[in-house]
Amino acid sequence: MCDKSYNKKTCKHVFLQYTYYFFMKKIFIILIIINAILVSGIIYFTKHQKQVDALQLLQESYSKPHTPSVDHTKFEILQKKFNSPQEVTAACLSCHTERGKEVMNTRHWKWQNEEYIEGRGLTNLGKKNILNNFCIGIGGNEQSCNRCHAGFGWADSTFDFHNQHNIDCMVCHDNTGEYFKQSGGAGNPDPSVNLNKVATQVGKPLKANCGYCHFYGGGGNNVKHGDLEDAQLNCSRDVDVHMAKTGINMECVDCHTTEKHVISGKMYSVSSTNTNRLSCTQCHGNTPHELSIINEHTVKVACQTCHIPTYAKANATKMTWDWSTACKLKNGEPYHEEDSLGNHTYLSEKGTFTWGKDVKPEYVWFNGTADHYMFGDKVDTTKPIAMNTLRGSYNDPAAQIVPVKVHRANQLFDPVNGRMIQPKLFDKEKGKGALWKDFDFDAASAAGMKYIGQPYSGTYTFVQTESFWPLNHQVAPKEQSLSCKECHSTNGRLANLNDFYLPGRDQHAGVELFGMLSIILSFIGIAIHASLRIRAHKRQQTESKTIEQ
Amino acid sequence: MKRKVYIYKAYERFWHWTQAFLVLFLAFTGFEIHGSFEFFGFEHAVVYHNAAAVSFMILIVFTIFWHFSTGEWKQYVPTTKNIKAQVQYYLFGMFKNAPHPVHKTELSKLNPLQRIVYFLLKVVFIPLMVISGVLYMFYRYPHNGDIAGINMEGLSTVAALHTLGAFIMIAFVIVHLYLITTGTTVFTNLKAMLTGYEELEDEPKQTKQ
Repeated sequence: MCDKSYNKKTCKHVFLQYTYYFFMKKIFIILIIINAILVSGIIYFTKHQKQVDALQLLQESYSKPHTPSVDHTKFEILQKKFNSPQEVTAACLSCHTERGKEVMNTRHWKWQNEEYIEGRGLTNLGKKNILNNFCIGIGGNEQSCNRCHAGFGWADSTFDFHNQHNIDCMVCHDNTGEYFKQSGGAGNPDPSVNLNKVATQVGKPLKANCGYCHFYGGGGNNVKHGDLEDAQLNCSRDVDVHMAKTGINMECVDCHTTEKHVISGKMYSVSSTNTNRLSCTQCHGNTPHELSIINEHTVKVACQTCHIPTYAKANATKMTWDWSTACKLKNGEPYHEEDSLGNHTYLSEKGTFTWGKDVKPEYVWFNGTADHYMFGDKVDTTKPIAMNTLRGSYNDPAAQIVPVKVHRANQLFDPVNGRMIQPKLFDKEKGKGALWKDFDFDAASAAGMKYIGQPYSGTYTFVQTESFWPLNHQVAPKEQSLSCKECHSTNGRLANLNDFYLPGRDQHAGVELFGMLSIILSFIGIAIHASLRIRAHKRQQTESKTIEQ
Repeated sequence: MKRKVYIYKAYERFWHWTQAFLVLFLAFTGFEIHGSFEFFGFEHAVVYHNAAAVSFMILIVFTIFWHFSTGEWKQYVPTTKNIKAQVQYYLFGMFKNAPHPVHKTELSKLNPLQRIVYFLLKVVFIPLMVISGVLYMFYRYPHNGDIAGINMEGLSTVAALHTLGAFIMIAFVIVHLYLITTGTTVFTNLKAMLTGYEELEDEPKQTKQ
């Protein structure tokens, strides 16, 4: 702080003088205090009053056990010996007279729904007429696939959807945990099930009821969804804050409320419209965070994006499925291979799989509407074929960023007709074209396409497919939700979602170049100028010395 | 003859140093948000940056009042008079130990180049930062449903302008820090801005330089 003209003592003096001037002026202190108050006030008020009351009330109500108003063991009609599951349904309907009509109006029964799909118009769409990229489709495979139908005996296209007695009440309402459906039995219960016991112990659907199909779809635990699996029957808060046994221990139907057997919530592997959806905000409100800047994110970012950092936390989920390697036999017999966790990595019936545990989701824009691959759609094979398309973009006001599991597969395609192939997979007997019995792609393709009434050229190949599974479950405790940096950084989680400017991730190359150049040039200019000044200063000193001499 | 002059009044110094702190703090937190480095953590950097931005705007409001109530704004009106001489001084004269071409007084503290630079800072660059910053802050998302905000297609343009302005401000600070060493001695100007007092030459006689 001192130049040559001062000695050390005066230097100290000058320093004290500065301090004096700096602090003596009361106005300084007053203004500094005002500013400090303002800054802390601003920081404080950017924090938002949390909406906790409603949530606490809900938590209390969910923690109370449900007391049924009826004891079904006391009903005489349920005491008689049931010879068929249809008789059980008839008994149910004798009291619950209108429930049959309700159920027959739902997707769980119809496996189809009339919905408006952009580009298709009003379309009757569901498992009956779409293909997926797991076991591909139910057409011709009903005996196996339709084990998950809420009915009895849908073994082929002749099934009577108007017979109320075919409704399976028990699969959803059984509270014994003993009811299960026969493998390859077209939805009929296993013969070992004690129907009388089940019929007298029915009630509100439990996790295990929903999970019976929604956990094991695709042929095993957690194969399809990635965020719904049997670990959630008994898990910690780390796996799922809502369903945790040690936490609030919610049942599926606590959120998925039901009106006339129509259950709220949508799964976009089969659904297409932005209606009857569930959202976190129904309980948590629109502004659940303290920081308003975080609340504002919800305009474009779904809650799930930050609060489901990973999925398949307890057990692995299927990530890829290559059908093209199926049909290999050892000594004429099908075989399988497993990974260290006991997941199948190869099955002669199905091909090669890869699995993922604790997987980071991929992220897409989603406005709540979707499209699906329907029978007969011709496809563009230059890019992976989307078995379901989630719609939305940054500029779409209804769209949010959502986390998805993307399941990728390599599956049968008819290059002549330009269509995906529905192979016949299941039959109880050999020689009927079923892939899982005869191990012949061509015969299975011919039989399957014939069954669904689609042409098959006799040529098959394999193409890449993708399916998108929005993740809504396995919500993590709040401490584990994503930090800002997970997205607001280069190579973050949103690295591939490039249709908008994201602070911390995106930079304008031109601005960066200009900025860097202006800083570098400033330093270079200063360096040159300063060195010239120093040289001039030295020259002056030598000159003055010469004069003195 | 030299005399000691109270050249920078209390508020001016308060304004200067608060602004200096805020500009540096905003640059630091801003470039952390920009992704240049990590220090506070993104979330804290955003909160601090926004808080500092609001206090900067409060400071600006007080300072605008000060400029007009004291008439100090006149000091910043650009002039072309002596501008050539000032450029020549920085480029050549200084290395020949030539005297400052423009005389510094209480009523004219700034040389013609300073006038231009500070004028641009006041009417172009700081407003650019404030306006783009406010848009950045109160921007929500386009066509949003519930939360009212300024409707824009995206942050891209605003962010580009805000970053551009930030780079210019940093370049200014670098050059400014260097140029304050070009007073009578290396620390003359710094001392003056700390204490308010500077030793100035008496009005020169009407002799030609």
